[in-house]
Amino acid sequence: MALVVALGGLFLLSLALGSTSVPLRRVIDVLTSMWRAPDAALDRDAAAIIVETIRLPRSLTAMLAGASLGIAGLQMQTLFRNPLADPFALGISSGASLGVALVVLGSGYGPAIAFGTAMGMRGDVLTTAAAITGAALVLGLVLIVSSRIANPTTVLILGLMFGYAVSAIVTVLVGASQPERLQQWAQWGFGSFSGVTWQRLRLFGPLTLSGVLIASATTKQLNALLLGENYARSMGLAVRRARLLTMLGASVLGAVVTAFCGPISFLGIAVPHLCRGLLGTSDHRLLVPAVVVMGSCVALVAQIVSLLPGSAGVLPLNAVTSLMGAPVVVAVLLRSRRGAFAG
Amino acid sequence: MTPHPALQTRDLAVGYRTRRARRVVLERLNLSVRSGEFVCLLGPNGIGKSTLLRTLARMQPALWGTVELGGADLRSITPTELARRLGVVLAERVAVEALPARRIVELGRYPHSGWFGRMSESDRRVVDWAIDAVRVTHLAGRDFSLLSDGERQRVMIARALAQEPVLLLLDEPTAFLDVPSRVELMGLLRRLTRDGPLAVIVSTHDLELALRTADVVWLVMPGGELMIGAPEDVVMAGAFAEAFEGRQIRFDPGQRSFRLLTGDCGEAVVRGSGLRATLAAAVLEREGYAVVAENEGCARLVDAHDRGWRASIDDAQSSGADFASLAAFLRERRTGT
Repeated sequence: MALVVALGGLFLLSLALGSTSVPLRRVIDVLTSMWRAPDAALDRDAAAIIVETIRLPRSLTAMLAGASLGIAGLQMQTLFRNPLADPFALGISSGASLGVALVVLGSGYGPAIAFGTAMGMRGDVLTTAAAITGAALVLGLVLIVSSRIANPTTVLILGLMFGYAVSAIVTVLVGASQPERLQQWAQWGFGSFSGVTWQRLRLFGPLTLSGVLIASATTKQLNALLLGENYARSMGLAVRRARLLTMLGASVLGAVVTAFCGPISFLGIAVPHLCRGLLGTSDHRLLVPAVVVMGSCVALVAQIVSLLPGSAGVLPLNAVTSLMGAPVVVAVLLRSRRGAFAG
Repeated sequence: MTPHPALQTRDLAVGYRTRRARRVVLERLNLSVRSGEFVCLLGPNGIGKSTLLRTLARMQPALWGTVELGGADLRSITPTELARRLGVVLAERVAVEALPARRIVELGRYPHSGWFGRMSESDRRVVDWAIDAVRVTHLAGRDFSLLSDGERQRVMIARALAQEPVLLLLDEPTAFLDVPSRVELMGLLRRLTRDGPLAVIVSTHDLELALRTADVVWLVMPGGELMIGAPEDVVMAGAFAEAFEGRQIRFDPGQRSFRLLTGDCGEAVVRGSGLRATLAAAVLEREGYAVVAENEGCARLVDAHDRGWRASIDDAQSSGADFASLAAFLRERRTGT
């Protein structure tokens, strides 16, 4: 409950803070006027426009991305019984990177842009499409191979190996590319919630929301998996199918977020640990709603900090999530003395 | 309750199928377990006990033959239906942190509860019953990871009971337990079969305990066939001696336990009665003597009396108050000093 209140506060705060800060009262005014008369062209001052067209979609994106990564990370950690698993454990972000690298760095950039323009796509849309394609290809490969494997740890290692191989190809591309394109590539790697406009949110929103809802419905299966696959099977869980669907769901969430926001590291690993540590339970009936809210909160905080409120500077989002989050997770783990997976 | 046996196999063969070949571990198994029976599966390590149990639990496919659970073919029932008929407890330690024992038992309602696993009033009653049946009511609120091995195994059994199965399969559930917990656990399993319409099959290395508690023993022989019967009948048939022969031990049918074969120093007679005589015989056996009945010509004699012992071994005499001194004397004789 406290988390939900915190989330509401952070949401408003994220709308108020930025390179120019808008008073909270004004933020609430803008929100209520948008709610009452969405189409009315009222007195739209600069603040209203900033809040409405830039900050609101950005904050919504951050919340959706945080919730998605949090729940996908929880699923992966429980499925693989591994505290280091995250939504990208199966090589998803590497696949997405490859797709983006091919478009941004590869010699195919010119033709791809031409193709994209012909199809009516802008550059950022093209990047998103490339990321989705790359992630889907790698995920498909991993799932096909892993459906023949019984041991979950082997599947995890398989995903890691695929990730390494794909990353190696990306490195080759990076090594062979021109500086100005590298800049653009690095920009993507920083991660950002700002790239998602209202228009793109129309796709991103339903995708992530439905993914989170589907993932929330697997609470019972995840709890059964706490006892290990053998016991889960003996209690009536169709383990192979559950594993495949969970890997698919979590990876798609990870891939969608990566495609729209870049590779956001850390959230997927950290949020489940934060929730376990704070709630002191591994019961997914509590953890699932908790990671959704907590994921949103953490993403908003990271978003606020990365904008360095009151200044014109911007920090890479990925640097913020990790720098800020790592000490917090360490503190939580130390305080609860035994981690949720220890022993 | 049902007219069908809880478990029935027909010409079952268990083993492993690799790409090229099939390795048959046990075959021609025609097993039948009635409701209310407590079955102990025994045999040397690596002979296929776990393979058999895993096959009965559909954790691996049968090579051929059929398994029926309460009259339904194992191959044709859904995972949920299977979980409602069969509960499983494994030797593996379950590492779950930060979850109360009661929640673990509630997981056993998995095949009965809805999509979100919400506990109904009747689910709660079954969970209460299961917790009470294994006598862990006082532990229900405690964190599962903080329980002892024996307590955890009881909670896991309660969880299996919460599935309301007709058959409970346990693969070496006593493996990690200390001796008192083992005895308690076997007693608990036996009591469960008396209390309700439940059959239990448990594999164990605890032969002596199994022989004292089982209704039926399945003893896997070295050749791969199964010796089936009441424990005493299997003992009478000499099957234990055969199943575990060739080792440094001997099965004593009268004691229904194993003796260590430490050497052959010849026969000896123990005089006296009661616990002291029994323990004196134990010392003699450990030091390598075969204890026999009173025998005029025997040159080795130990007299156990109220204040200690007096012994005469091959013309040497000695006496003492405790068994350590008797053992020391016997060792001296043996090394010839």
